[in-house]
Amino acid sequence: MPLLEVTSLVKHFSRKRGLLAPPSVVRAVDDVSFTVDEGEMFGLVGESGSGKTTTGRCILRLIEPTSGQIRFKGEDVLSFSRSRLRLARRDMQIVFQDPFSSLNPRMRVGSIVEEPLIIHRIGSTAERKARVAELFELVGLDPTQLKRYPHQFSGGQRQRIGLARALALNPSFIVADEPVSALDVSVQAQVINLMMDLQARLRLTYLFIAHDLRLVRHICRRVAVMYLGKIVEMGETEAIFAAPAHPYTRALLSAIPVPDPTASKQRVVLDPSSFQRDAPLRQIGTGHVAAV
Amino acid sequence: MGLVQPPGRIEGGRVVFKGRELRELPEREMQKIRGAEIALIFQEPMTALNPVFTIGSQIEETLLVHGRATRRTARQKAIDLLDAVSVPEPHQRVRDYPHQLSGGLRQRALIAMSLACDPSLVIADEPTTALDVTIQAEILDLLRSLQKKMGLALLLITHDLGVVAEMADRVAVMYAGRIVEEAPVMEIFSAPAHPYTQGLLASIPGGAPGTKLQAIQGTVPPLGELPPGCSFTPRCPRRFEPCPKAHPGTTLIGTPIPDPGPQIPDPGRVHSVKCYLYSDAVEPDIREARTS
Repeated sequence: MPLLEVTSLVKHFSRKRGLLAPPSVVRAVDDVSFTVDEGEMFGLVGESGSGKTTTGRCILRLIEPTSGQIRFKGEDVLSFSRSRLRLARRDMQIVFQDPFSSLNPRMRVGSIVEEPLIIHRIGSTAERKARVAELFELVGLDPTQLKRYPHQFSGGQRQRIGLARALALNPSFIVADEPVSALDVSVQAQVINLMMDLQARLRLTYLFIAHDLRLVRHICRRVAVMYLGKIVEMGETEAIFAAPAHPYTRALLSAIPVPDPTASKQRVVLDPSSFQRDAPLRQIGTGHVAAV
Repeated sequence: MGLVQPPGRIEGGRVVFKGRELRELPEREMQKIRGAEIALIFQEPMTALNPVFTIGSQIEETLLVHGRATRRTARQKAIDLLDAVSVPEPHQRVRDYPHQLSGGLRQRALIAMSLACDPSLVIADEPTTALDVTIQAEILDLLRSLQKKMGLALLLITHDLGVVAEMADRVAVMYAGRIVEEAPVMEIFSAPAHPYTQGLLASIPGGAPGTKLQAIQGTVPPLGELPPGCSFTPRCPRRFEPCPKAHPGTTLIGTPIPDPGPQIPDPGRVHSVKCYLYSDAVEPDIREARTS
């Protein structure tokens, strides 16, 4: 049984256009289904406006979806009461994209990491302090720096603090929403290595949301490509890279700048008329589906 | 561009453009060069454009200020410029405000503005960093074709080595305020000399999926707290005795240029590096032991 099962997830935002005009509906997430297995790093890829972040937030119910079903460890997340949801959040956490705006600048980093423990009333003060120090070591930070403020840390270190906060309650599942796209290339590699290391040590499962396909290819065994609210292609990362089936995936792959000046460039430009937006996903190969 | 904000100031050095020392020019003269001879393309097109004026009027302003058009001809010239940067339906778009355009179109409008006065040098500061990868590909293609068509010199500032490989003829790698290596693009990728350049290239995701990425240890030091000697020393895997003592000078490496005669060597072929591993200040046998 997969750890996470998302079925026909829909999130519409309605936008008021004026007093009398009917509101226009933005279909941010439009009938999205996928599963994530335990211990897996599953990639969710797309460009801005594709609905990947909204999907991640709907899974944690940070945004209430319009319709659909989300099953986590077999339980229906959308039917959870407030108190049951709070309990579930111990097991499913999120790491945000921007390490600058996601940490409260007026709190000491030790308190930031401790806060989830306080909210969930876990441990005595001394036990919490010990746990925070342990978490700092776990993500490769110096526990003597607990009393510092976020601005005293670099972007990479802040993202480690964000990870420590997410791990405080011992979750089994983490939504990582573009966790390294705000970081320098050399620091990106450090944080990715840490995430892979934690995945193996703590048997974590990740939903890794990203726009960097090169990175996703390296760390995710399976990937789903989103375009305008829909998954257009999904499957084993290597199969998709070897033979992308959907016109959008092809355009996306060909748009990545290759760090090799001798590489030949063959840009595929997306022709929106070359596919149907509502085409259903169908089997292309083993564990590889596409909406063509 | 002479746009350093106080308290920053230019302490020394020379900026020679078409044989003229720009630092000695009075502000009035500099204004004639800025925007007309040397144009700047910013990273964030939304903040670089004025939200309360149409893009047409902003392009026209550039033309009028530099006397490249009259009130009568400015509108048509603005439309022609938008057309030149492949903005669809330039007649309509010229009346749009920045918020009505997508990120890609905004960047095209900004490029149109920078080209208004036929500059000979365009400085593009991370022109595609804020854009999605498919839009980035379009903008890079546009810049490349404009560069060829108009014979522009392009100074492209970027952190993306993929963009470098696709666009550049020559590359200068900067670290903590200094150029640490400079070479033709082929050599930077095939034979990087500086340990920082080597680390950057090694940290690009590639290799076997799931394997550890090769990160550069540590973080970039704040410019106010640079370590003594070579700034990269604390992070450098190949540091040795002379590194923390003083800044290494510039060493020319690679194929020696055959007798350049009275002229200066062709800058297109120079490969230089600031690192003691290549410096004559260090005994050759010590260097050899280090490089092997």
